[in-house]
Amino acid sequence: MLTFIALLVLVAFSGAVYALARRRAGALALAAASPINSRPVHHGAYAAVWTAVPAALVLLFTGLLGDRVEETLVSARLPEAVRAMEAAERQVFLDDAISLARGKARSETPYPADLQVALDQAAGEVRALESRMRAFSLAAAAVLALAGAAWGLSRVRAPFRAREGVERWLQALLLACSVTAVFTTVGIVASLVWESWRFFQSVPPQAFLFGLEWDPQSAMYADQVVSEGAFGAIPLFAGTFLIMLIAMLVAAPVGLFAAIYLSEYASARTRAIVKPLLEVLAGVPTVVYGFFAALTVGPLFRAGFNAIGAQLVGGPLNELGLYLGEVQNQMALVAGAVMGVMLIPFVSSLSDDIINAVPQSLRDGSLAMGATRSETVKKVVLPAALPGVMAAMLLAVSRAVGETMIVTMAAGLQAKTTLNPLETVTTVTVQIVTLLTGDQEFDSPRTLSAFGLGLTLFAVTLMLNVVALRIVQKYREQYD
Amino acid sequence: MTELRPASDDLRAVVARRLKARNAAERRFRLYGRIAIAVALGFLVLLLGRIIQQGWSTFIDYRLTTQVYLDPARIDAADPAGANYDLLIAEQLLKRIGVADDEFGSRSDAMKDLLSGDLGFQVLDRVKADPGLIGKSLTLSAPLKADAGLYFKGQIQRSAPEEERPLTDQQLDWLDRLNADGLVKSGFNTTFLTRSDSTEPEQAGVLGAVVGSALMLILTAALAIPIGVLAATYLEEFAPKNRWTDLVEVNINNLAAVPSIVYGLLGLAVFINWMNVPRSSPLVGGLVLALMSLPTVIIATRSALKAVPPSIREAALALGASRTQTVFHHVLPLALPGVMTGAILSLAHALGETAPLLMVGMVSFVPGVPDALTSASTVLPVQIFIWENASERAFHERTAAAIMVLLAFMILMNLAAVLLRRRFERRW
Amino acid sequence: MTDAQVSPPALTPSAAAGASSDGAPRISASGVRVFYGEKQALFDIDLDVPDRAVTALIGPSGCGKSTFLRCINRMNDTIPGARVEGRILLDGEDVNDRSLDPVLLRARVGMVFQKPNPFPKSIFENVAYGPRIHGIATSRPELEGVVEQALKRAGLWKEVSDRLDQPGTGLSGGQQQRLVIARAIAINPEVILMDEPCSALDPIATARIEELIDELRAQYCIVIVTHSMAQAARVSQRTAFFHMGRLVEAGPTGDIFTRPGDSRTQDYITGRFG
Ligand SMILES: Nc1ncnc2c1ncn2[C@@H]1O[C@H](COP(=O)(O)OP(=O)(O)OP(=O)(O)O)[C@@H](O)[C@H]1O
Ligand SMILES: [Mg+2]
Repeated sequence: MLTFIALLVLVAFSGAVYALARRRAGALALAAASPINSRPVHHGAYAAVWTAVPAALVLLFTGLLGDRVEETLVSARLPEAVRAMEAAERQVFLDDAISLARGKARSETPYPADLQVALDQAAGEVRALESRMRAFSLAAAAVLALAGAAWGLSRVRAPFRAREGVERWLQALLLACSVTAVFTTVGIVASLVWESWRFFQSVPPQAFLFGLEWDPQSAMYADQVVSEGAFGAIPLFAGTFLIMLIAMLVAAPVGLFAAIYLSEYASARTRAIVKPLLEVLAGVPTVVYGFFAALTVGPLFRAGFNAIGAQLVGGPLNELGLYLGEVQNQMALVAGAVMGVMLIPFVSSLSDDIINAVPQSLRDGSLAMGATRSETVKKVVLPAALPGVMAAMLLAVSRAVGETMIVTMAAGLQAKTTLNPLETVTTVTVQIVTLLTGDQEFDSPRTLSAFGLGLTLFAVTLMLNVVALRIVQKYREQYD
Repeated sequence: MTELRPASDDLRAVVARRLKARNAAERRFRLYGRIAIAVALGFLVLLLGRIIQQGWSTFIDYRLTTQVYLDPARIDAADPAGANYDLLIAEQLLKRIGVADDEFGSRSDAMKDLLSGDLGFQVLDRVKADPGLIGKSLTLSAPLKADAGLYFKGQIQRSAPEEERPLTDQQLDWLDRLNADGLVKSGFNTTFLTRSDSTEPEQAGVLGAVVGSALMLILTAALAIPIGVLAATYLEEFAPKNRWTDLVEVNINNLAAVPSIVYGLLGLAVFINWMNVPRSSPLVGGLVLALMSLPTVIIATRSALKAVPPSIREAALALGASRTQTVFHHVLPLALPGVMTGAILSLAHALGETAPLLMVGMVSFVPGVPDALTSASTVLPVQIFIWENASERAFHERTAAAIMVLLAFMILMNLAAVLLRRRFERRW
Repeated sequence: MTDAQVSPPALTPSAAAGASSDGAPRISASGVRVFYGEKQALFDIDLDVPDRAVTALIGPSGCGKSTFLRCINRMNDTIPGARVEGRILLDGEDVNDRSLDPVLLRARVGMVFQKPNPFPKSIFENVAYGPRIHGIATSRPELEGVVEQALKRAGLWKEVSDRLDQPGTGLSGGQQQRLVIARAIAINPEVILMDEPCSALDPIATARIEELIDELRAQYCIVIVTHSMAQAARVSQRTAFFHMGRLVEAGPTGDIFTRPGDSRTQDYITGRFG
């Protein structure tokens, strides 16, 4: 709140500086014999930017990270008794101290008398620290703003190139924005690696990557001895693979043929109707696909298989009949098939782009030789587009592997290593969701294992994407 | 060269021999294409049709309007909250349709199960506000319990075996009587659009989720659009072409393909655990979605900037504008419609995103409407996920209806994008 | 391998071969009109094209030369909105006849485009493309024979015989253009259409192609579109001058270049416009 008010004041002040600098520059322009180098607005902007930006950065920085700094400082000075506590308890203690310091209600944890004293003491320290930090940041911001204003105003001189100065600031801003994307990647990698590293402290990576049993519920508590068998991710990889395979079996042929038909056969009218409809299909949120899979496709498939099973029971295929009679809603086939449909527009629009990039001259050459359209597609267009189409398929695979909602809603939770599409399987993403919704304890391997899975997922999809995007780029260059 | 004049008759014969088979293959191939399109579009129709079929009935509700006598014997004016209004109303209704309660009061309990708890709350509110009402009669109106509503909607049928449906034969008889007495009226279900989540299906609505989605999306837009546009402008117009910018470019393209759930993990680890942003808040959701949308906004902006012909830049530069002025005064304004279209589309995508929000704790039950970026909240797609998991049938109906609301918003956004594109479409 | 060994069955001489060499036109167009949507690109073209000779189509850009060429093998069918009226007879048979399959027509009428367009396949596969799709060669050795002969007739054999399995797109521009000519003649069409075959080539490669055209003239009916007056004069026996979608005049090349009957022709060949 204070930060916010300070920012408002800063904005008002730099507005004033802007007006002042602009007026001065205007006067200068009138007085000067030769035209001054920059227009008054630029002088104004230059001074305003120097006034506002450094001070604002200080305010924002202390506003955002103040809490962290405060916690670190306070926890370093906690009494011995508190420091001996479990990490979670210590955190609660710290939070309580901060709540008390800010006049808010603390948690209902009962503290023995000595700790109660320590708590009050800590709260006092927090209060003192906070007021000191606040004073410091406000003072620093004020000094910076004044210094910036003085500097900016002092540069209002005829020969000064204010425009270039402003443009340099602008460039810095632009650069900072584009670096955000890089920071996102760094953030993803760092957080995944850091939490996974903590996970791998209790479960060795090879046990995780190659273990055959996944049963994290058996390791509920941090103090419980973690049986290595509980965190074997192979069944999850197998489930993910199975569902991805089914999805691709649906999406690859249907998407590719749709793309071929649209780009090689369809009239402009048909294209104008079908393409937006496919975009609609692509725009449907995955949670909607999940709902449809769970409440419509699942029961439908189950009823179908059960009916077939009932026919077979008693016949020569009795065993199979009995098996089909027991099939559940949550089979891999349902999640895979619906995910496949979700991927159709993705595959078809990527392939469409790729196929359209094949030069028309190749088609003409083939048609002029007396080839039919389908021969042209099969023998010339597709071979020419092959790398691009492969890349599109890889991107689709990456999507399928990382897709979460459909599998969360329509696949099951049973970790099973199977290739039978009628079985219930679970996937990496389903497990991440299951592990991280509800209570989280960042000390238990159970919660941390989600980050291990996330890291694996990220690594695999990143590899697929890098390879696919590389191929696409090469392919584009070829036909530029 | 020893050349021979080619035999044209031979050529014709040879080609003609296989012509039929080749044309058949051609037709088959074309058919496959048609089938593929039909599969995709057929599924779309099936999906939307099924959702509308499941969800439309949510928008109709069956309300009971009845008079309640506020019996002073049952209500203590000093402690109005202590009275069991639900039972009071149920008993009076039973009397009204001429059914005597049994000694255990099980009939009035059964009647109570047909009424929404909302009725009791309404009475309580009125009595609290004006204790003078005790001893008088009040006319009240509230939706029937969801199962009773389903009966009137034909989704619970009398012909089904009694033990397989949530309502007994006796309850169905009563409902018929109430209906025959004109106490039950159907109408547009405003509750669904004006209330938030509730454990009772008939009182559950999407308002909280819609507001949560809106707050979150505004934050996402406020962060992702300016940062994305400026970043794209830098990369496209100013950045030197070197290894670093290549790396940034590859990085952005790859970020666009990172599974959304990974962004959720990032949000959990960085925003919640490290920066102490409140869980379940539109703030943390918006931050996560902003990071997720950033690469797509950048990519869309770059292609819009690429579409501006170099001649415009050259013309502006030739007039003595600086590079910065050229870009900000001439190029960006021309690219703006394309930028906005791309931005709206990626926001529409963010609106439907669910998985990363589950990671940052938006799956909690939130009965109210969020009033700040930091208050606990849910959003539409997550609300759908939560209701889909509920066991009551009436929630499935509402899930489909919530999907209709979500799709309606997405269609609006896409329409806006299309109109924008149409309106400002420019060909150079 | 020597030439004598290669004698695929499809290449045996037949009576039909000489049938149209008696001076009767191989192709005879009358009243050809072409529309692209609303826009009319050709107006009532009447033109006879003799066999075993090169006919050059000249005229300023956009006058409809390519359009006319594409009428002959019905490539205009592939352009949405294009409509062709009038009659084009190939050996007395109307090419626009509904009963004539364009596949068959295009097998008989080969085409070479302005920009060389080899398929992204090996040199061998490029040339073998036509024989394969039409089922002309039935065995591998036969196919190899057909490919070799086509490459020889296109004058490319010596340069590529040791790298038939390398991509056709790796050749130089002139070589690529000869490769697509080899591809076109591998199925022994009756007519070869060439749309500015040398416009993307340097003078040496151009000379090489012109030589090749001159050799092929002995066996085929060739129609070539060119923007180079010199080229038309060098390779063609007959020339037709198009202007704004109309055929202005047609006749023996020598006559057109020395005694044009129309002032527009005169202006064009002397470079006053176009
Ligand atoms: N696919 C098409 N759609 C619409 N109009 C076309 C199409 N192809 C050609 N035209 C038009 O038909 C006219 C004749 O074009 P054509 O390509 O036959 O000219 P050309 O004589 O071959 O010219 P050039 O020497 O430049 O190749 C031109 O006005 C052209 O604009
Ligand atoms: Mg042309």
